[in-house]
Amino acid sequence: MARTIIPFGPQHPVLPEPIHLDLAIEDEKVVDVLPSVGFIHRGLERLVERKDFQEFVYVAERICGICSFIHGQTYCQGIEELMQVEVPARAQYLRTIWGELSRLHSHLLWLGLLADSFGFESLFMHSWRVRERILDQIEATTGGRVIFGSCKIGGVRRDISPEALAVMRKELDVIERDMREIVDVFLGDSSVKRRLQGVGVLSRDDAYILGCVGPTARASGVAQDMRSLGYAAFRDIKVEPIVRTEGDSYARCVVRCAELFQSVDIIRQAIDRIPPGAIETKVTGFPDGEILVRTEQPRGEVAYYLRANGSRNLQRFRVRTPTFANLPALVRMLPGANLADVPVLVLTIDPCISCTER
Amino acid sequence: MSYLGITALNLKWALKGPATRGYPLAPRRVIADSRGALAFAKANCIYCSVCRKKCPTGAIGVNRNQKKWAIDRLRCISCGYCVEVCPKDCLSLTTYMSPPTVTKDREVF
Ligand code: SF4
Ligand code: SF4
Repeated sequence: MARTIIPFGPQHPVLPEPIHLDLAIEDEKVVDVLPSVGFIHRGLERLVERKDFQEFVYVAERICGICSFIHGQTYCQGIEELMQVEVPARAQYLRTIWGELSRLHSHLLWLGLLADSFGFESLFMHSWRVRERILDQIEATTGGRVIFGSCKIGGVRRDISPEALAVMRKELDVIERDMREIVDVFLGDSSVKRRLQGVGVLSRDDAYILGCVGPTARASGVAQDMRSLGYAAFRDIKVEPIVRTEGDSYARCVVRCAELFQSVDIIRQAIDRIPPGAIETKVTGFPDGEILVRTEQPRGEVAYYLRANGSRNLQRFRVRTPTFANLPALVRMLPGANLADVPVLVLTIDPCISCTER
Repeated sequence: MSYLGITALNLKWALKGPATRGYPLAPRRVIADSRGALAFAKANCIYCSVCRKKCPTGAIGVNRNQKKWAIDRLRCISCGYCVEVCPKDCLSLTTYMSPPTVTKDREVF
């Protein structure tokens, strides 16, 4: 059988962001794949040399539009640890609430895109309808829908009043009910199952050896969740990683669906236990030394490396984003798959290319 | 084997009516505390330039001698940093966006 090379991307209907795959095809089966990234490199890491370390929070937040808050939070955590700043407990809880809200809207966005990738348009619309309610909560509490702008070194910029927290708690009930409806369709519908079950199986060993992170790793049986490191309010709120062992696309969908309800649960606990008090510590002086920080983003573990030399600007800033860690897994999953399943498989690792390329 | 879940969901929402608003006929719903365009109150400003120095995007220009304060709306990201640092509280964020424009003019006050 003759081989054909089919270019997939960088512009493709299923991709919100550009990634290019050269797919070697025999008949309808993928036999080899060569990915290339680098279409939207923005040089954000180098900007540390121009922006002072406090302003850089705004840049860190803009690395990605979906996990923007957790990027800002990770950066702040790193600088705070370098400068030995004690962040007030209330700020830690607020960060956790916003972090989990972004996980919720990110997973719902992903569910919608997944439905879209196999042509299930109505389910796509339903997912994004629910997501809208979460964005409204985010806007009401932080002022922004995509870029929260509420994290700063030493704490947070805005408080959430007890009344707003009560409103959020009520709203969470509605959101949970709505999510239950669509999750039931995702996990129970026969056409969804036919497109996902047994497609793109990633074994536990492969996931481990290739260094997968986040839901992609957890769906293959690797119980790894950075929230169990106990940063922010996760000191008090314990998180059990949600693990499946099948390693197929359906398992990745099940893990993310279960994480939706886990996040709702975490936000509820945080609202119930949030202590009163200050929301920020004044920060003076400049950071010095180097540090590696890890947090759990919707797509998995993100690692920040920061090096400072006691001046206004950091010397070096480096981010290892979750999608970058999951790309090798994608390359492993694709050979053997049908050409029609490629868009689904690309989506199941929840690719975020602007993160990857920064 | 189930195909009925989505049918039920679609029917329910078809009867409920659209989840979206008929904008622009129906007005935009304003969320209080949303971060929109920056507003400037000239009366209190002492032209200290703190806002200009702190703005992460370099959107603000201040001329002390001519008592002029200017903003490049297309650069402003509505982050609110200038609002926080202004010693005279003459800056604030509104809940509406600045109007669309076809030229890159600075707005001078
Ligand atoms: S910081 Fe306030 S008072 Fe100073 S120049 Fe800016 S707007 Fe005017
Ligand atoms: S809101 Fe932010 S970007 Fe806009 S002028 Fe103020 S500091 Fe600059």
